[in-house]
Amino acid sequence: MSQKKYWQNLGELKNTEGYQKLVKDEFQEDLPFAEDGKGILDAKAPRRDFLKYLGFSTAAAALAAGCETPVTKSIPYLNQPENLTPGVAQYYATTFVAEGDVVPVIAKVRDGRPIKLEGNPLSFINTKGEGTSARVQASVLDLYDTGRLRYPVEVAGKELKEMPSFEAADKKIAGELSGTQVVLLTSTLNSPTTRQIISEFLAKYPGSRHVQYDAVSYSGLLLANEMSYGKKAIPTYHFDKAKVIVSLDADFLGTWLSPDEFTSQYAAGRKINQKNPEMSKHIQFEAVLSLTGANADDRYLHRPSETGAVVLNLLAKLGGTVSAPAIADEKLKKGIDQAAGLLAANKGAALVVCGSNDPNIQVLVNAINELLGANGTTINWANPLLTRQGIDGEMDQLVKDLNAGSVGALLVYEANPVYNYHNAADFIKGLQKVKLSVSFSDRADETSALCKYIIPHHHYLESWGDAEGRTGFFSLLQPTISPLFKTRYFQTSLLNWTGNNTDYEDYFKNYWVTKLAGQGAFDKALQDGVVEPAALTFAATAYNGDAVGDVASKLNTGAPAGKTELVLYQKVSIGSGAVANNPWLQEMPDPITRATWDNYAIISYAMAAELGIKLDDQYEVEFHKPVVAFTINGKEVKLPILAVPGVHPNVIGVALGYGRSEGAGRAANGVGYNAYPLVSAKGGARQYYVTDVTDYKKTKDTYDIAYTQTHNQYEGRVEVVREYALDEFKKNPEAIPQYREELAEDFAKKTGDFRAEATLYPVYESPGAHWGMSIDLNACTGCGACTIACMAENNVPVVGKNEVKRSHEMHWLRIDRYFASYRDNTEGDNLNVVFMPMLCQHCDNAPCENVCPVSATNHSSEGLNQMAYNRCIGTRYCANNCPFKVRRFNWADYTGADSFPDNQHHNGVGKLDDAVLMMNEDLTRMVLNPDVTIRSRGVIEKCSFCVQRLQDAKLEAKKSQDASVIRDVKTACMQACSAGAIVFGNVNDKESRVYKIRTQEQNQRAYYALEHIHVLPNINYLAKIRNTGRPVGVKDEFAGKKAVSPEVHH
Amino acid sequence: MSASCPIFAAVRENVHLNKLRDIMSYQRSTVKRLIFGSTFIFSLFFLVTTANAQDGKAIFNSKCAACHNVFKNSTGPALGGMEDRGPWSDRKKLYAWIHNPAAFMAGDPYTQALKDSHNGILMTGFPDMTEAEIDAIVDYVNTTFAAGPGGGAKPAAGPAAAPEPKSDDTLLFGVLTLILAVIALTLLQVNSNLKKMSDDKEGIPASEPVPFYRNKMYIALVIIVLFLVGGYYTIQGAVGLGRHQGYEPEQPIFYSHKVHAGINQISCLYCHGGAQEGKSANIPAVNVCMNCHMAINEYTKGPQLFRPDGSEVNGTAEIQKLYSYAGWDPDKKQYTGEGKPIEWERIHNLPDHVYFNHSQHVVVGQQQCQTCHGNITEMDEVQQFTDLSMGWCVNCHRNTKVQFTDNKFYSIYEKFHEDIRNKKIDSVTVEMIGGIECQKCHY
Repeated sequence: MSQKKYWQNLGELKNTEGYQKLVKDEFQEDLPFAEDGKGILDAKAPRRDFLKYLGFSTAAAALAAGCETPVTKSIPYLNQPENLTPGVAQYYATTFVAEGDVVPVIAKVRDGRPIKLEGNPLSFINTKGEGTSARVQASVLDLYDTGRLRYPVEVAGKELKEMPSFEAADKKIAGELSGTQVVLLTSTLNSPTTRQIISEFLAKYPGSRHVQYDAVSYSGLLLANEMSYGKKAIPTYHFDKAKVIVSLDADFLGTWLSPDEFTSQYAAGRKINQKNPEMSKHIQFEAVLSLTGANADDRYLHRPSETGAVVLNLLAKLGGTVSAPAIADEKLKKGIDQAAGLLAANKGAALVVCGSNDPNIQVLVNAINELLGANGTTINWANPLLTRQGIDGEMDQLVKDLNAGSVGALLVYEANPVYNYHNAADFIKGLQKVKLSVSFSDRADETSALCKYIIPHHHYLESWGDAEGRTGFFSLLQPTISPLFKTRYFQTSLLNWTGNNTDYEDYFKNYWVTKLAGQGAFDKALQDGVVEPAALTFAATAYNGDAVGDVASKLNTGAPAGKTELVLYQKVSIGSGAVANNPWLQEMPDPITRATWDNYAIISYAMAAELGIKLDDQYEVEFHKPVVAFTINGKEVKLPILAVPGVHPNVIGVALGYGRSEGAGRAANGVGYNAYPLVSAKGGARQYYVTDVTDYKKTKDTYDIAYTQTHNQYEGRVEVVREYALDEFKKNPEAIPQYREELAEDFAKKTGDFRAEATLYPVYESPGAHWGMSIDLNACTGCGACTIACMAENNVPVVGKNEVKRSHEMHWLRIDRYFASYRDNTEGDNLNVVFMPMLCQHCDNAPCENVCPVSATNHSSEGLNQMAYNRCIGTRYCANNCPFKVRRFNWADYTGADSFPDNQHHNGVGKLDDAVLMMNEDLTRMVLNPDVTIRSRGVIEKCSFCVQRLQDAKLEAKKSQDASVIRDVKTACMQACSAGAIVFGNVNDKESRVYKIRTQEQNQRAYYALEHIHVLPNINYLAKIRNTGRPVGVKDEFAGKKAVSPEVHH
Repeated sequence: MSASCPIFAAVRENVHLNKLRDIMSYQRSTVKRLIFGSTFIFSLFFLVTTANAQDGKAIFNSKCAACHNVFKNSTGPALGGMEDRGPWSDRKKLYAWIHNPAAFMAGDPYTQALKDSHNGILMTGFPDMTEAEIDAIVDYVNTTFAAGPGGGAKPAAGPAAAPEPKSDDTLLFGVLTLILAVIALTLLQVNSNLKKMSDDKEGIPASEPVPFYRNKMYIALVIIVLFLVGGYYTIQGAVGLGRHQGYEPEQPIFYSHKVHAGINQISCLYCHGGAQEGKSANIPAVNVCMNCHMAINEYTKGPQLFRPDGSEVNGTAEIQKLYSYAGWDPDKKQYTGEGKPIEWERIHNLPDHVYFNHSQHVVVGQQQCQTCHGNITEMDEVQQFTDLSMGWCVNCHRNTKVQFTDNKFYSIYEKFHEDIRNKKIDSVTVEMIGGIECQKCHY
């Protein structure tokens, strides 16, 4: 293979037989009639079947006609609240808080139900934008989680006994509490009021203490900062101020610290101003391909145990007085040289981050950043982050104390050590020795199920409260709905047990009214949702390098013990696993592996070959994945594998956050494998890698992984992606405009306009608005927040693992992940990864429209490719004819929209997963957007450009008599994108952003996917630019004369 | 025989007639070939061409009654005796006015004055109404007016009155049809007997007599008639599934819009303020009722109220029901009990896949409530005035003009503004700005 090629899976790369068979049919299964393999007409009893169906339909119609229409009640309020009009949405500023994370959000509340969240643009924590992460988007569904406890319970063995009232619970618990030493175990808590309540509570019970415990620890970073800066805190990072970013194992765009904030900063440094094309340079050192690594300009592989050696080398090269161990791997050595050179040349605008939890390594990283002048520029100590404060040693001490019997009572809030503490067995033993244990968890999760009482806490959308994400940056919570269940603030319980009968709500209000000096200021703060300084300040802090020498000598940089190592990573969707019962997140394809509903071992192609796994049709097209038995830390672990390019040949990766118990909920139950027990504790710091992986061999078992990487294929039309190196782009910025002109010359000779010449169909006039979208592939990091935002906004159904396996996933917006490798070398640093959000392109010359026999899909005068669900008869011709494969068919009644209750189980689909049925519960269905139709079985659906938002904006514009209201309307995906990669608007308006991007600001990068088939999409993409010297883009290396031409040769 | 067929007596709407005419003309040729000399179906077409007073009433009820009454002024003037007023003795002028009121008014001082005397509301135009239909309406108005207010069975207060005579007619037509069919059958039998006799006389051997129920011609005739009648009703029934024009459920409280919005002239938006703000107009909360009913605790001055079954309503007792819902003690003049919301029976209910926004129509489109909800100020308990079908929506979107030059939003439609300047078009309808595209209402 002589050319570089973009591919989503090996079948596409090698164009194997199995792959060709796969892409031949849009819908891969036969009709249910043809079970005997003969087709409808030759089937055993087609006439009888026909008559049966005919009879049924007639009977059903007669029945429907004969039945009286049910009487619908219309029940208005008894006493309608002021400022509330049923049917009109209200917006409340509140704050997403979970496990220490703080994201100020605006909740959209329709008829008393919060249904959608957006970032609060008043907050610096959101970098003054509306972007959020997938997890924040999905958190609204957690409010309606059927797994939540509905009342306080007493745990008796496996049984949960309802407690009659909170008073009864208080009486029992307060009695048992008196005179004991209490330990309050929580995740990181940064709520000022809660901290004050805790200190009052602890004072009441002398000898008590508060232990903060984070599921995934940042203890190493905190301790290192104490050594280097004298502060046990985490600074804020400013990726936007860095011209060179070097990341060592830190997945800062996906899961590290504050990914949505970092994404927005990172994208700011990556967006290209075409007049003066400059962008930051990002180098990633890692073992397993992460989301951040996939976005890096250059990427180098190392074993997790080598991180220390890499850091030492980097420090030595930058002038640090440490002795650096030799690096054997030539490529890695080159990478360190390259990184050191670039960092040294960009002092004051350089940043090194490291994902290690080893304080020693982090001290060295601090030393590097000090040499680079990052302290006070890209690393800001003015307002340290308060989102992670757990110290591993404190938790370990607690486990010791529990086992020693010196803890009288354990109160657990937002912490789940039975599930995610590496030595859970010890913790459980200790827990059983404690007389009184109370959990405030919202569900009977692993830890709560072993406590004596569970007094469930409200969901954050039901709560008053506050959070201090950074020192001096406060955000407030206000309820968006009355508590759905009999739950209570955990703070109220503490107050109560302190002997203070105030409710937390009053306590909170008093605190803030006093603090802000007045009710008026408090009301304003509630309305804004945040209390933050007017401007960001930057400050350095005093650095103390004394520890460096000592630490460097302590690092074990010797040759790795085992041949193979394991990396424990977090998935962008599930994270630490606390949100595992969220079906939206479970079904979100992983950005890298495109897998849903599972974790697995990621291995390299080399290891797959070594294991005797043929990377052929059977491997890529089939979802039956071989199960491999690994011996990790002397323990046998059987895991299905996924071979992924860009992985170190001697490293496997397993995601944390899976393998939850039944108490976590119906969607989380039994999904994947719990990898937390594999975490190793070295010197009091938890390490998310294992050096001792031996004896791996393929077993005869297979395991089904529902992954979407072979779904929705383009049949070899790979020119949907365009990528250039920065230098090439600077040299020849007109490559894309030229290509487009050539196309026009070929197909529209006279006018140069496809619209006028290259189609038989009449031109669609858009007398008023014409909607268009522009997606910047350079800014898109592939994080998937848009996918979830789309699900929340448009009632996109969850189909469950079994249905995903059958290519029945319903996402209106998917993120295609392309690998590009050069000369078939699919390993390591030669790999480029491009993410491309793919949604209905709303073609003005749409191939789907003219094949619909009932005109259920047709074009609007505003450029929308419309879909009328009630007209659709389900022929699926449109999906067949769509070149972008963005149309989705409702194979079953996924959302319970049909009148016939049994429609969810039929022979075409089989039994739906329990998670899908969970999404159909009345409680869960409260999350549905009432402005969007629930689609029933048998119809096609697809992206509508959030037409309900467009209609709403137009109505607003008409009411206010101002056309500029619709200029820059936001679709759900655009609003959720932290990177600002998506821009939407009215292209007929020359003042709109999307018009300006297409014609003035970014016209050199603007292209349309599959432009040569003249479907005239209304979405344009901006080509990806990679700041690297490696070969980039689809380029025939032998055709020297067209060195910068981007075309594929087909 | 023409007007006597029960199939067609029920047919009132042009749309249906046209469809049927097409079907029938096809059927006719087939039938003619099959049954020689049958005049049965053929003769049914007289109804199509002549709209009689019966139709006039139907058209009046569906198109005019929202704003007009025969005897008294409503939103529009009383129509009785209109031919003696203004220019209406000239029927041509009346046509012109109804087809395009704005254009007609430009050159006619009488209608200008009429508009001013009716709160400046100009009549909605009906460009699609045929002259025959207008004649039918005038006939109906004249007959009703001549009979006087008590002359008819009931004053035409809306479509509620319509079904009664309809069912009477059906019975009458049915009996007539039956009699005629028996006569036709007897005549045919007589004819065949005579033929047999003459054959006997002339010595032609008689074939075995076939009883009429085994006569293939009769059987074919019966089957065809059954098919046509059955098919018509099946299709009509299927089309009408889920449509509930005229639905008037009994409500938990006998709330009379006539008393509130009609006699007492309370603005619709006082209670249904949501119509200005958003999607649903909203049924007012109990506290809105109590704003007035804290003071108004008895019903004495208004007209007597009757339920559809004729029983009288005790207005004061209904107010008491409200008090029990609100938990209000009228003696102590304070809220004492636990209130509970009123469970009204919903009348206007669009399917889930339809997005309808009141504020779009009321604020932006400046439509009157009556356009869709009928003459609500004359209704006691509300009934569904229109069928709320998609065809009804679309027809209105085709004919209704948007406030194109008044609303600055429409400045983005540069092409239409230019066309107006160049006099290519005189106005812009909802359809022209995309008002009948699928995703304007279905998403």
